[in-house]
Amino acid sequence: MLKALFGATALALTAGSALADPALIYDMGGKFDKSFNEAAYIGASRWVEETGGSYREIEMQSEAQREQALRRLAQSGFDPIVMTGFSFADVLRQVAPEYPDTKFVIIDDQVDAPNVRSLIFSEDEGSYLAGIMAAMASESGTVGFIGGMDIPLIRKFGCGFAQGVVATNPDARVLVSWTGSTPAAWNDPVRGGELARAQIGQGADVIYHGAGGTGIGILQAAADEGILGIGVDSNQNALHPGQILTSMVKRVDNAVYDAFSQGEGLEPGTYVLGLAEEGVSVAMDEHNRSLVTPEMEAAVADATQKIIAGEIQVHDYMSDDTCPVAGF
Amino acid sequence: MDYATLLQILDSTLRLTVPLLLACLAGLFSERAGIFDIGLEGKMLVAAMTSGSVAFLTGSAWIGLAAGIGASLLWALMHGIASITFRGNQLISGVALNFLASGMTILVAQAAFGQGGRTPPLAGSARFNEVALPLADTLRGVPVIGPFYADVISGHSLLVYIALLCVPLTWWVLFRTRFGLRLRAVGENPAAVDTAGISVSRMRFTAVLITGVLCGIAGAYLATALQAGFGREMTAGRGYIALAALIFAKWRPWGALWATLLFGFFQALALRPDVVPIPVAALEALPYVLTVLVLAGFVGKAIPPRAGGEPYVKER
Repeated sequence: MLKALFGATALALTAGSALADPALIYDMGGKFDKSFNEAAYIGASRWVEETGGSYREIEMQSEAQREQALRRLAQSGFDPIVMTGFSFADVLRQVAPEYPDTKFVIIDDQVDAPNVRSLIFSEDEGSYLAGIMAAMASESGTVGFIGGMDIPLIRKFGCGFAQGVVATNPDARVLVSWTGSTPAAWNDPVRGGELARAQIGQGADVIYHGAGGTGIGILQAAADEGILGIGVDSNQNALHPGQILTSMVKRVDNAVYDAFSQGEGLEPGTYVLGLAEEGVSVAMDEHNRSLVTPEMEAAVADATQKIIAGEIQVHDYMSDDTCPVAGF
Repeated sequence: MDYATLLQILDSTLRLTVPLLLACLAGLFSERAGIFDIGLEGKMLVAAMTSGSVAFLTGSAWIGLAAGIGASLLWALMHGIASITFRGNQLISGVALNFLASGMTILVAQAAFGQGGRTPPLAGSARFNEVALPLADTLRGVPVIGPFYADVISGHSLLVYIALLCVPLTWWVLFRTRFGLRLRAVGENPAAVDTAGISVSRMRFTAVLITGVLCGIAGAYLATALQAGFGREMTAGRGYIALAALIFAKWRPWGALWATLLFGFFQALALRPDVVPIPVAALEALPYVLTVLVLAGFVGKAIPPRAGGEPYVKER
């Protein structure tokens, strides 16, 4: 016991004097996915610019690499180790207790361990705002949601969106499609484009996607067919200026930036980042300026206030695997 | 389901069928000549990446198409050298080339454009845009057939019509020309062809290169017509579905058209959960289930070319 204690102190001392570098692991989909992982990269780059520090990064190429990558980084003394994506949760539950002196940060899932910070975004709240805008922009009264792989996390996006739509226009119809049930569903833009066309055929004139790389095809088809798309995770407004209503942005960049800035001293625990914490938002910039009416902005600002104040409760799909709006 | 919905589904069917059809005809040429080709997927992938990149750099979809065919031909040549010249295992060569394509496309696109293995979005003449067939709007008023012609047959990119024309062309080449007879003979009994004084390896190389051209068009269609740029792994297993369709078609050109149309129809149907209450996963599995049924001999008999998969050795 005493020996272990000494060992720990010695390790803490050396770690403190050397000031370990942080590390960042990107999930499959890749660093430049114009979406989730890229947001993490942007946060890390901002930290590098401001502090001049350096960090190690690894991109996952296959499922089997996760555990190996985590262990290697922990053994090499990187601290903290940030990983993007819920897929790391199972591996982290095993690995975290073995390296009690290393801090881990997981985005998008919860791992209960004394040295892990879990960051969960309230995508339902951000998607709710996107739903309000979609309902107001739609002339046909039909809007669509296309998810990537059919998992509860993505249903959380879609359910929040549908609630926002229905709250704004109770008669609106929300179409729901899924790209697939395997990880390949994140990288099939052709199928995404056809799904978008199928929804357009059913009358949809605003389509929101939560489909990673598949979403590129969805937004392309929406632009080709002259309807509006809504981006996700990163600000995708610039992909088709004037044809993307907005993007539901998850501030993964801030999460990574904060973790890197706090370094080894970061506080473990579970944090939920919603509208109040500015963890999610709808993107407004010069690319969608012409599409956003003053009424839309007012409605979004109003809903934001009410959600923060607790007057509007957005139902979180993941809390009980149900959604108050049909289709999920 | 009303008529308008049916037309939408058929429209989608045609778009989804084209890459399958081109890949299936590509496989047909190769396998009829006795060379199994698992590498259809990889060839489509390199063609998609190359055509997307070149179309972006030159602003011309046609130059992109030519470059895509070129890249696919390179892959076909590698398969030919490995499996014809060096008599390697055709399946292993195909799988290896698929892996090579999967990695190389992302690496090259990333090095060239730095957008995460994607090529920049294409616009205008860098894409094959939709063409309206003559009289499409005039005939729209004709009941039943009019909307079918205007919405389903007309309004696709030129590559769709090229792909459809490849079916009778393939049939004519394979069954009505001397070249076609020799090509099929090489796949059935190469020794006999050799005895007749025709070079087996030259015939097989020609077939493999035709495969390269067709896969090149399929890849370019994905990246420069259906989509506006290449994305990693964008072929998403279409090369393998085409192989299944080839078995289903019993290695015949018209069969290939019907088989890929059927598979394309299932894929299009899977996009419309409002029309059919069947789970999407079941519809997606159907092509494979049907192929297994055909292989098991329930729906006629599928007999592959007799010398398929075996390298030709002149003398033992």
